Amino acid sequence: MRGIDFAADEQSCFGFLGPNGAGKTTTMRMISCTTPPSDGSLSVLGLDVVAGARTIKGRMGVVPQENNLDEEVSVFENLLIYARYFGVRTADAAPRAEEQLAFVQLEDKRDWQIPRLSGGMKRRLLIARALMNEPEILILDEPTTGLDPQARHLVWEKLRTLKRSGVTLILTTHYMEEAAQLCDRLVIMHEGKILVEGSPRELVAAHTTRQVVEVFEPPEELQDELASINARHVERLSDRWIFYTDDGDTTLGKVRALPIDPSSVWLRGGTLEDVFLSLTGRRLVE
Amino acid sequence: MTVATEAVRSLTRPPRVSLPHAWRYWRRNAAVFKHTYRLSLLAWFIEPVIYLVAMGFGLGKYLQRVQGIQYIDFIAPGLVALSVMYGSTFETTWNAYFKMERAGIYNAAVSTPVGLEDVALGEALWATTRAMIYGGAFIVIAIPFGVFHSWLGLLTPPAMALIGLMFSFLGLVFTYAISKVDYLSYYWTLFLTPMFMFSGIFFPLDRLPGWVQAFAWFMPLRHSVELMRALLLTGNAAAALRAALWIAILTAAIFVLPLNMLRRRLEG
Repeated sequence: MRGIDFAADEQSCFGFLGPNGAGKTTTMRMISCTTPPSDGSLSVLGLDVVAGARTIKGRMGVVPQENNLDEEVSVFENLLIYARYFGVRTADAAPRAEEQLAFVQLEDKRDWQIPRLSGGMKRRLLIARALMNEPEILILDEPTTGLDPQARHLVWEKLRTLKRSGVTLILTTHYMEEAAQLCDRLVIMHEGKILVEGSPRELVAAHTTRQVVEVFEPPEELQDELASINARHVERLSDRWIFYTDDGDTTLGKVRALPIDPSSVWLRGGTLEDVFLSLTGRRLVE
Repeated sequence: MTVATEAVRSLTRPPRVSLPHAWRYWRRNAAVFKHTYRLSLLAWFIEPVIYLVAMGFGLGKYLQRVQGIQYIDFIAPGLVALSVMYGSTFETTWNAYFKMERAGIYNAAVSTPVGLEDVALGEALWATTRAMIYGGAFIVIAIPFGVFHSWLGLLTPPAMALIGLMFSFLGLVFTYAISKVDYLSYYWTLFLTPMFMFSGIFFPLDRLPGWVQAFAWFMPLRHSVELMRALLLTGNAAAALRAALWIAILTAAIFVLPLNMLRRRLEG
């Protein structure tokens, strides 16, 4: 980490985006008091993350990137054991566990062993587990990585419900669609630094064009003609040309005037993904 | 030098530990044990039982008496100490490593008010509990062969707790120091097994060469055997006290290590 500065509002969703190795997980570990910042200060819920670790962790729920459920006990018992870590008595934890299982739609898997659950079920159970202490802040590290579309939409729906009920969400993700769906504010990180901060809409407005024209595998002999088309920014990749433009129809018209198969030309709106790629570059980060 | 000084300081500082939070982690282990004990219990206390029967009856037939005592009576108290050592060591080596590095149990626990030091202490306390279950199970089986020969035997539970705690902390120090699970085998073959041979379980150490006796004096199991034999067989209160003191001092001297080591290892 190279020094980052951010503030998340209550009862909203704050997102950390960035390629692998950008420092998202480290930031999450610092917020959830598992790795202390080596320098500088970080306060969560108005408390310092080192001195107030126990108090902060008591008021926070953490959904880890990797499944760390207790494989040797049932779904229901996983929730009871976790609640006990917070000092919730079993008499209070049992009804709360039933409630959370219903919330994440796992009530009929109550007595299953963990290895029987699918990836999506495990993720939902991790969310239910993180809610056992009725947290004010929920930390989610890549909450839908590796899930199928059905499971992903279900997780999003649950997270939006939680946000409405007053829980502050802090999440990391690689998926721009996820960030656009869930986050009120977000930062894009790269190499341990924050590049930009804002709402998804603000970032799209400020860092990319309103519209984008993509041309897939244009014929070799048309390269010069394509290069002469004006746009705010033109990107040439090995298999396509991308025109970032404020006037999509005009750009599209110029491309269509060339002898190119119409099905390989595509007009779309500028997205968070364009912002992300233009800021962090297309090169693989490893 | 500064790196080394920093390491020593971070390992010996007063740990941020809370007994109630360690207890919560203890209860996690106990809850899981309720599901798995049928599978795991037998495998680990059966070994001392085999020694008792095979050596006690087999070798005992030829030896008749050791220090004026029936051979099976001579070895039984040492085998109680051995069960306790196996119980706490298995839990703090293989099991602890698995929970820490593979199953994510430590990571899950420390995302709650439970801290890393609490996990380490809870692990040691649980391993001690398990050691007492192993030792207790062995005693129950050994009773028909005659284990209790002294009223000091009533002090067996606290003595087993003390021995269990010492081996738990020793096991955790090793487990939290290693980078690969394979190194755990060395703990058994280079530390536990030699100790087992020269701990005085099967033969008295007093006829061995002086240097062997001096060497054996540094072995935790030797004092554990001494303690159990003094309580269960000879009723020698002074010997029991001496051994208990040795164990208590070692335990007190090392107990902050695994707590601080775990924080250094996982905080990174």
